[in-house]
Amino acid sequence: MAIEDFAVEASHIMMFARSIGDPNQVYYSDSYAKDGETGGIIAPPTFAQASAQFDEEYFLRPKIGKPWFGSGKEGTGKPKKEKKEGESSGSAAGGLHAEQHFEYHRHIKPGDVLSATVKQGETWEKQSKRAGTLKFSETVTEYRDQTGELVITARGVAVTTEKVIGS
Amino acid sequence: MALSKAKIKVGDTHTEVLVEDLRRTQIVQYAGASGDYNPVHTDEKFVTEVAGYPTVFAHGMLTMGMTGMLVTNYVGDGRLTKYGVRFVNQVWPGDTLTGTAEVAEIREEDGQTLVDLTVTTVNQDDVPVLAGTATARIDD
Repeated sequence: MAIEDFAVEASHIMMFARSIGDPNQVYYSDSYAKDGETGGIIAPPTFAQASAQFDEEYFLRPKIGKPWFGSGKEGTGKPKKEKKEGESSGSAAGGLHAEQHFEYHRHIKPGDVLSATVKQGETWEKQSKRAGTLKFSETVTEYRDQTGELVITARGVAVTTEKVIGS
Repeated sequence: MALSKAKIKVGDTHTEVLVEDLRRTQIVQYAGASGDYNPVHTDEKFVTEVAGYPTVFAHGMLTMGMTGMLVTNYVGDGRLTKYGVRFVNQVWPGDTLTGTAEVAEIREEDGQTLVDLTVTTVNQDDVPVLAGTATARIDD
């Protein structure tokens, strides 16, 4: 993953805030926010994750003219794998998100043009009664603004499970 | 309003209901805003027939986002310096989530006053779905 041009816009922050159900006007109204401590609109704490929109290669977004693995006539656009009872094919979808950590050097605001570099971190395995062998992998993403200043350091951990975890 | 050191002590808690009866439409809304269109979150046919789950489930980051609202409502806007979580159980449509932030420590670092919070979100059966920590700058 590489993000070169994550242009942060107030409308995107507004839509993101709506989607998490947060009515705080500091995410919506410049006239409200300018008189407060932040001096203007800022993004909610987890907004950096929406950088996925600006990652050309992000595999969890349908691409124009390319096959997509979500359902149409069939359950998936991809050929079906032979699957054992209770076995997860969720790995086809990249596994599950196990952890996410953000360190804020400052908060994102409209007008920022962020770029991000991603480094692979550690990988490890764990046994779980409920889900079989769990394989964890870590990534560290540094978001910098157009002046090169570090804005957010993010650490994510993904997990693939041997068995489906149902409710 | 930001928190002030004088008004809080270790063990104080702040609790909010984050969502009642989570609707599939909100999960769709989050997919659109965040850009994570993984069909396990929005595509009933894919998730049941192919991925093998009972139904669609929320993005972990939606739960982290909703829990972030609780944290920023408590500490004030633009005050967070760290926020990290583990996703410990899945969140399903119909879930009602309640988040709690508890003051774990109040400390000084580099001339700033900081509060460390323990953050937990549970569903309607009191099963934890998210566990984490947050650190914020507070007033003296």
